[in-house]
Amino acid sequence: MTTSTALPPAPPGPRPKKQVPHNVKTSRRAAWIFAPSLLVSFLFVYVFIGITVYISLSNWKIGTSPNLTLRQPFGGTYAEIVQEQRFQADIRNVVIFTIIFLVLAILGGLIAALFIHHVSVGKGLFRTVFLLPYALSFIVTGVAWRWIFAPSTGVNEILRSMGIENPPGWTTDTTILGALNHPSGTDFLKVQFGIPVALLPIIFAAAWQLVGFAMAMYLAGLASIPEEHLEAANVDGANVWQRLRYIVLPQLWPSTITCFVLLLHVALKIFDLVVAMSGSGPGFVTDVPGIYIYNYLTSRYDKASAMAIILLLLTLVVIVPYLVRGYRKERKA
Amino acid sequence: MAVETLEPTPSRTAQAPRRRPGKLAPKPRSWSIPKTPGGWIVLAFCTLATLGMLVPVYVIITTALSGSTGAPNFFLAFPDAPSLDAFKGAWTKLHGSLVNSLQITVPAALISCLLGSINGYVLSKFPFRGSNALFTVLLVGMFIPFQAVIIPVFQFLNMLHLQGSIIGLILVHIIYGIPITTLIFRNYYEGIPSAIIEAASIDGAGIWKTYIRVMLPLSVPGFVVAGIFQCTNIWNDFLFGFILASPAAWPATVTLNNLIGTTTVDYSELMAGAVLVAAPTVLLYLVLGRFFVSGLTAGAVK
Repeated sequence: MTTSTALPPAPPGPRPKKQVPHNVKTSRRAAWIFAPSLLVSFLFVYVFIGITVYISLSNWKIGTSPNLTLRQPFGGTYAEIVQEQRFQADIRNVVIFTIIFLVLAILGGLIAALFIHHVSVGKGLFRTVFLLPYALSFIVTGVAWRWIFAPSTGVNEILRSMGIENPPGWTTDTTILGALNHPSGTDFLKVQFGIPVALLPIIFAAAWQLVGFAMAMYLAGLASIPEEHLEAANVDGANVWQRLRYIVLPQLWPSTITCFVLLLHVALKIFDLVVAMSGSGPGFVTDVPGIYIYNYLTSRYDKASAMAIILLLLTLVVIVPYLVRGYRKERKA
Repeated sequence: MAVETLEPTPSRTAQAPRRRPGKLAPKPRSWSIPKTPGGWIVLAFCTLATLGMLVPVYVIITTALSGSTGAPNFFLAFPDAPSLDAFKGAWTKLHGSLVNSLQITVPAALISCLLGSINGYVLSKFPFRGSNALFTVLLVGMFIPFQAVIIPVFQFLNMLHLQGSIIGLILVHIIYGIPITTLIFRNYYEGIPSAIIEAASIDGAGIWKTYIRVMLPLSVPGFVVAGIFQCTNIWNDFLFGFILASPAAWPATVTLNNLIGTTTVDYSELMAGAVLVAAPTVLLYLVLGRFFVSGLTAGAVK
């Protein structure tokens, strides 16, 4: 977990093989000092997740009137929600959002880092500006981009002045680009799968906010590439592209993994940005699991919990291998 | 700006001599005009991309300044008669929540940093059997979607009669802040030579005494990094405030979001509000950028 996975050059230093000479007694005291934090986390993370799982399987609907009997048939709430149009729209939206957002943020961050790493003047300034949005709240980013993509103003004014008569309605647009299916109403699939136009402004906003994060990761990676490797390649007559392809990019791979995992988990959990920019949108065209859960917190604890568990599983599929990999590396060190 | 050295981890500071090898000559302040056409292309690209990144910032500020006369016709135009009216309106609506945010952020960041520092100290200097595995177990808490625990948290705070209160929010932020602060401090302390601890223990100091007398004084940079990271995270939080706070305890992000009306939006006031909510974290970033980046990469590790 530590630095070694993320930041190629700096495993936490020449790691002292032997820590402080300690005996059984200090070891036990150390464990006791760490225990309260661990217990609290265990309660608030693992036990609470367990409770949420139970609620998702129960009949508890309204928060103020708990009903802890198990729903029959077992897992009925999950069976109920997967058939919903809204649930299917949410899954489509979060998948599309995640893919396009990751490509934009990671590629954008990589390109920005490559250029900024080599610029001769104003490096610090460029870096600072790129990372600035990262210091903002998603709500602030959301209100700014809401204005930029407001149907009657913003970007659409530019499009109109370029002669486009009917620019998209952006977050209120229900068009699905590249639709794969045309649900008839009786099918299991109730939404069109494709790229909702309405998601694009939200994706741009998220990429704007987090491209600086990817850039910072890549700049740290670039700074760690030994100069000798590049010089050696120069001597061998490698051109810019060959150096990029065979030396720089392979050495940036750890930065890419870090960006991928961290940005992916941000994308899956996306909530505030969508709330500030559009909410659920017409026909749930910009709805995401986070909003679904929020909306059902008042009326359907079981449905909110079931969706939360699905969201959690999506996140854990990525995070657990990442953490386990870090743990293994640590043990080898 | 201070984002000078992108140090992978704060621990690097403790091993200063290990710098990028062989790069010493061209490194210090290479303020030179590009010499090749390629250099000019790189510079032009950076300038354009940076200006592009600044467009939303510019839009926020100009719209906020357009005041009661309404936003200018074209969204990229500078207002004809800039005024601070919108800020007055936004301030009246937001100042209560800004104070709430401050009351939540400062204690929660301080306490979670202190706990993280104690944990990080123990984990890096007194590892016990299974401590690495337990640390991994703890780290999972950093990545879970909070929606997966929000119902139990809500019910738990209800039981304690803290539901809706500022204290309740502080508690929740502390608890869910422990994994990340523990991670940052553990990495930071890895860079502090164990010999110092050995010396203290030979002098007869126990774990706690060593922590208070020896470690804490060495921890200032660690606290700055973790503190900035936590302050930014907590100040910018929306989910917990949105679901767990009563209107009197709303943090600024929630009130800002509520400025978006259901039918019409006063964009000028909204943007002024956005400036007010963004100001503290942006200032923190601009003034202490170097530490901000350290926290980012240290917390990124994960």
